Amino acid sequence: MTDTLEAGAYNFAYLDEQTKRMIRRAILKGIAVPGYQVPFASREMPMPYGWGTGGVQVTAACLTPDDTLKVIDQGADDTTNAVSIRKFFQRTAAVAVTEATAEASIIQTRHRIPEAPLSEGQILVYQVPIPEPLRFLEPRETETRKMHELEEYGLMHVKLYEDIARHGHIATAYAYPVKVEGRYVMDPSPIPRFDNPKLAACPAIQLFGAGREQRIYALPPYTAVVSLDFDDHPFEASKAPHDCDLCGASDSYLDEVITDDAGGRMFVCSDTDYCRSRCEAGHMGRLGVPQQEAAE
Amino acid sequence: MTDTPLLSVRDLTKRYGARIGCADVSFDLYPGEVLGIVGESGSGKSTLLSCLAGHLRPDGGQLSYAGRNVLGMSETDRRRLSRTEWAFVHQNPRDGLRMGVSAGGNVGERLMAIGARHYGDIRDTAIDWLGRVEINADRIDDRPRAFSGGMQQRLQIARNLVTAPRLVFMDEPTGGLDVSVQARLLDLLRGLVRDLGLSVVIVTHDLAVVRLLADRLMVMKSGRVVEQGLTDQVLDDPQHAYTQLLVSSVLQV
Repeated sequence: MTDTLEAGAYNFAYLDEQTKRMIRRAILKGIAVPGYQVPFASREMPMPYGWGTGGVQVTAACLTPDDTLKVIDQGADDTTNAVSIRKFFQRTAAVAVTEATAEASIIQTRHRIPEAPLSEGQILVYQVPIPEPLRFLEPRETETRKMHELEEYGLMHVKLYEDIARHGHIATAYAYPVKVEGRYVMDPSPIPRFDNPKLAACPAIQLFGAGREQRIYALPPYTAVVSLDFDDHPFEASKAPHDCDLCGASDSYLDEVITDDAGGRMFVCSDTDYCRSRCEAGHMGRLGVPQQEAAE
Repeated sequence: MTDTPLLSVRDLTKRYGARIGCADVSFDLYPGEVLGIVGESGSGKSTLLSCLAGHLRPDGGQLSYAGRNVLGMSETDRRRLSRTEWAFVHQNPRDGLRMGVSAGGNVGERLMAIGARHYGDIRDTAIDWLGRVEINADRIDDRPRAFSGGMQQRLQIARNLVTAPRLVFMDEPTGGLDVSVQARLLDLLRGLVRDLGLSVVIVTHDLAVVRLLADRLMVMKSGRVVEQGLTDQVLDDPQHAYTQLLVSSVLQV
């Protein structure tokens, strides 16, 4: 297999125009009803389910030849999932790609929201494994739809109650349920709850695509998004109580990296672009290397 | 007791194709009253109860609760009613409980469903209710799976009564329990019904249960009510042939 495709081998951005049209209609409906899960006729994509087939279809439907695409996986630009999806759109749509959050017009993400603030005109596309926040509490799809319809969300708090009863605090650390515009309870995809406050009043459009489950939902810009909690156990965005060991950032979400088998570990920003740009600006953490030295 | 019935049923009919589930059932239930429905298997008792509780949609007849037409309500209103003013105790506690959720979560669910958002208060209420149904407070974080059948049934009752409903539907609440556990459960139920002034519709095939709990009794056969009246009157002086058979079938110990 060669890296260049013959012209016309695929339609722009892989999907045919009718499919993209169908997906755009679902996206528009999702934006019109924030937090509502819109069913759509998800296509087979040339990647396994669970690797972002929903996000890829949403991205394909949104892409134009002038767009600049950024793809991240757990915040990183250089992991398998991110690299392969980026390459996929480079080959099938020949769009410009970037790793810089501010330069991208479309950002497809798996499990993170970039640290750098997003701006108007940007689109953030999430890959969603299970769009239904009530799924593990109520297995019947007919019933969960009815619960959304009638706003019966008491069950969601039962889950949080169970957390506190068992762990003494709300232990749900990712996929933390939110209420959108005081109406729909939504699964924000498995982003850490550290990112939950960034969902609210975000200037960018946020689109969620679940390929296997065939659902699309959306948050239009500046939407009110509230994380569910109890009066006496309020929601808290949490992260590891450290600074980044490379760039010294104290306000970013951290990955813990085991460095040897003697208990050695380091904490680094999960957002690689944010970390690199801070290092380039001269910030340095506990184990950081000065920029000139690293270049030599 | 007041003069206006809490639940008023007229000519309620439910068909399964050509067969009838129950036909032309009419009765009034007054506040604080316990109505027993007895009959053999397949006589339409459970169908009737499901129609009353809104689990099945009847094919004909009228049903009104506190002066409101239940069958004409929107589903939102009906479901709100069924999680605030109504309660349903299933024969099998596994149908009425969330087996993957702790006892406290089970009791608290209805509270959270109607808007309780204070963990401490929910937990205190749950502990109080576990006490009322004779479950130790230290079992609050155990799953129902770890409970005996009798405890599960008591937990189901606590879960249903926590929002102080006015009308409770019970489908064979003592089914599948051994007699000594049954006796304690009945004792507990009788106490709760008296203390809380509940109106109850209880379906059972156990005449001892209705003798203890029910003020009035309805006997069903082949989907129709064949006899109704005060419990003692029906049991001690049965008029219909089927009721006579039913009463005489009970082994006198």
